[in-house]
Amino acid sequence: MKTRRDFIKISAAGVGAAAIGLHALSWDSVTAQFVADGDTSPVSDEELTNYPTFCEVCFWKCAGFTYVDKKGNIRKIIGNKDDPHSNGRFCPRGTGGVGMYWDEDRLQTPLIRETKADGTQYFRKASWDEALNLVAEKMNKLRLEHGPECLALFSHGTGGKHFSHLVKAYGSPNITAPSFAQCRGPREVAFTATYGEDVMSPERTDIRDTKCLVLIGSHIGENMHNGQIQEMSEAIDQGATIITVDPRFSTAASKSKYWLPIKPATDIALLLAWMHVIIYEDLYDKAYVEKYTFGFKELKEHVKNMTPEWAYGITTIDPNVIRKTAREMAAASPAVLVHPGRHVTWYGDDTQRSRAIAIVNALLGSWGRRGGFYNPEKVHLPKYPAPPYPKPKRSWRDAYPPGKYKLVTEVLSTGICDASIPNADLDCHLRGWIVYGTNLMASLPDQKKTLEAISHLDFLVVIDTMPMDIVQLADVVLPECTYLERYDPIRTSPHREPYIALRMPAAEPKHETKPGWWIAKELAKRLGLGDYFNYENYEDVLDWQLKKVGSSLEEMKRIGVKKFNREFDDLYFLQNLEDFEFNTNTGKIELYSTELEMEGYDPMPKYTHHEEPADGYYRLNYGRAPMHTFSRTSNNHNLWDLMKENSVWINPKVAKLWDIENGQYIWLKNQDGIVTDFPVKARVTERIRWDSVYLVHGFGHTDKKLTRAYGHGASDSKLVSKIHMDPIMGGTGMRGNFVTFLKEKPGKEVNA
Amino acid sequence: MRYAMAVDTKKCVGCGDCVVACQTENNVPHGYCRDWIVENVAGTYPKLEIELRSERCNHCENAPCVRCCPTGASHIVDGGIVLVTHDECIGCGACIESCPYDARYPHPEGYVDKCTFCVHRVTDGENPACVDVCPTHCLHFGDLDDPNSDVSKILKNRKWKVLAPEAGTKPQLYFLT
Ligand code: SF4
Ligand code: SF4
Ligand code: SF4
Repeated sequence: MKTRRDFIKISAAGVGAAAIGLHALSWDSVTAQFVADGDTSPVSDEELTNYPTFCEVCFWKCAGFTYVDKKGNIRKIIGNKDDPHSNGRFCPRGTGGVGMYWDEDRLQTPLIRETKADGTQYFRKASWDEALNLVAEKMNKLRLEHGPECLALFSHGTGGKHFSHLVKAYGSPNITAPSFAQCRGPREVAFTATYGEDVMSPERTDIRDTKCLVLIGSHIGENMHNGQIQEMSEAIDQGATIITVDPRFSTAASKSKYWLPIKPATDIALLLAWMHVIIYEDLYDKAYVEKYTFGFKELKEHVKNMTPEWAYGITTIDPNVIRKTAREMAAASPAVLVHPGRHVTWYGDDTQRSRAIAIVNALLGSWGRRGGFYNPEKVHLPKYPAPPYPKPKRSWRDAYPPGKYKLVTEVLSTGICDASIPNADLDCHLRGWIVYGTNLMASLPDQKKTLEAISHLDFLVVIDTMPMDIVQLADVVLPECTYLERYDPIRTSPHREPYIALRMPAAEPKHETKPGWWIAKELAKRLGLGDYFNYENYEDVLDWQLKKVGSSLEEMKRIGVKKFNREFDDLYFLQNLEDFEFNTNTGKIELYSTELEMEGYDPMPKYTHHEEPADGYYRLNYGRAPMHTFSRTSNNHNLWDLMKENSVWINPKVAKLWDIENGQYIWLKNQDGIVTDFPVKARVTERIRWDSVYLVHGFGHTDKKLTRAYGHGASDSKLVSKIHMDPIMGGTGMRGNFVTFLKEKPGKEVNA
Repeated sequence: MRYAMAVDTKKCVGCGDCVVACQTENNVPHGYCRDWIVENVAGTYPKLEIELRSERCNHCENAPCVRCCPTGASHIVDGGIVLVTHDECIGCGACIESCPYDARYPHPEGYVDKCTFCVHRVTDGENPACVDVCPTHCLHFGDLDDPNSDVSKILKNRKWKVLAPEAGTKPQLYFLT
């Protein structure tokens, strides 16, 4: 497709690398440098100074300390024992966070896109003043000519708060994170429809105390959500039963008493059959169901014919196993946890599948009970004084006919894309994007649509620490320093007990990078919004906020993490059948959803058949590896050492059919003819079903400036060109894509 | 005193945290590692098993690497920890050849390096870095002569194996199965 921009393969423009000033040292020389001026032996902790931080490598935000040696070099990051997110133990990505600081491919200076006389484009190094002035000028122009609502912000991570504050002050409501429509949105909508509350982040799952943990496609252990993996390990010690439902023999499956190797895209049938067994064998928690739920009679009728034998024909799971596992769950009730998962945008009926999970939990009485779902609490920090935000006149939703995605509770990032593409019904499409800390080329499905949206923009500003693929498309690049070099808002995430955690810099920002708060404040100044950032340093804000809750910046710099008392003594608020009114239409747990019914959706989940791969094609499944967080960490030297590329998992029977050997490099082509940019190694393994293949997400980078990650492995995002939209909340189901194998390097015409 | 480590293969998820923590603790150059992960898959779909092991130097009681070292750089210290004195090592690599576990690597600075059981931490009464970081708590460390140490207790209560017992090296890395 033609876009206004070259998808800058900087090398193709010829001037790129030099103009950008990213002279990557080869890693050998970096190693030598690091080793030669440090000494090669370990340094005892007494010789190191430590500074509190919390990790930004994933959303779990573990708190710990950054250790710095006498020369000011960051040496290691170790968890804070007082922190319930990490319990003093970071995961490999957090431990390897030092690699983000040391990465020689980091963005170093602001960059501005320029076009040469012959039309080729390149990035020019710019001063902060010049870059910020340019962004402010574009934002001012947009505000004057089209209104502030034509600006959108994509953000991910803690630092995003500075920019959402800026964008709200500017007057736009279009603030989005891929974590809703591309990840956990269906779960939140489904649980809210059922319980009147969502699952939250970190999840309120009481894995530690559960007697039976059920994982449906969730691969804890490969996704390293630290608290969950630690608690799962504790549960194993306590003798908990683990039941894993996954077409792939995941690490979690290998730790499970029962592994149900389900046929992909049939989970709802299994869940309905479990409901059938639990209800018709009288295994449900009667007192709980009677007191708290609405619609049991209807549900009982609904699942009447959905027997394990019925489900067998759909899921390929042995009916006896369906019965046995249902009984195991019931035996553990209420200390049983059918985990809601996190990345749940699979097939387009994901809200309904999440509803089914919510319902099974309700039948087993696990919501609000020990070993099920607890009631977390968080500390509420007062907002630093700022004028009220202006009221936006329009929003991204104007791009959709009324009545679409009625239960969406957050801004859809894919909706922002749609609203950026001009169409006759739209009086103003979105014209400017600010992208903070998220590589949209990997985090959004349907790259073609994303590129099209970008091609219509007046400007695209990217704020990041690394030259991610999205950076190649920016008009202005603002390099942020890493989380180890900056202050950020206090972490207040909910937990069993409320805690706060501080992130402070352990070193000066490298190169000419700047902290996010500074960038946002400087832009605000230039936009006449200085009143919204009424402070000199972010420390002023933190100290002001901390003093309001009885701490101080000085105290937090010492301890890093502080525990508060719960306001209410209701961690397991339904343990003894306490009276409770749920925040739903009926005030009950809605097994039968009146809200969904009112909006015209199925009030109880149904199984629908999903498209299956054509002959010679295999369903593309994707997931995580414990040592990487999406594409964000793939260039991190410490983590790259552990995993340099992904491989495509292929069942040996399939491999034999295709005559593909373990370790052979092949290309993947999807149903729309899209081929991977690079060859990917075949991993011939029994761990995968014959009808699907598996890729770890976040590889196949196309930006050469990521000197390590470039060209390694296959991008699953590129192959996800077909989206199955969840009609209820606009989630983008991504597991309905199919691939086939190419053993020869495809010619150009295939790629076009 | 006899230091030893037990690795719980039932809990290890192969995340590699122990590897990264060792790298940053011990300043191991990029591209090298003192500990590593082994994943063994057995069976055919859907009857499968995986064993995950975090491996490192076994601090063998009968250590061929020490016996074959021409300079005495490889030696055994208190508690049975096998160490290499960097200054004395001439980088001949005889020890690398003799180790049945492939636990040693040639450091780019010209000497041979390997796991030290984090001797600098252990002598301060702390655990090795890998043990303290492991998110699944599957590594256990301590003194086998002390029946109350973490490692003694877990070896008493669980089934275990060692690697390549036939090599006669008396390895001190135990795998709980
Ligand atoms: S789970 Fe790992 S990556 Fe995520 S915040 Fe914790 S240490 Fe960092
Ligand atoms: S850190 Fe623990 S769980 Fe992870 S690979 Fe090492 S031993 Fe296994
Ligand atoms: S494992 Fe290898 S290096 Fe370690 S003591 Fe035994 S023989 Fe020597």
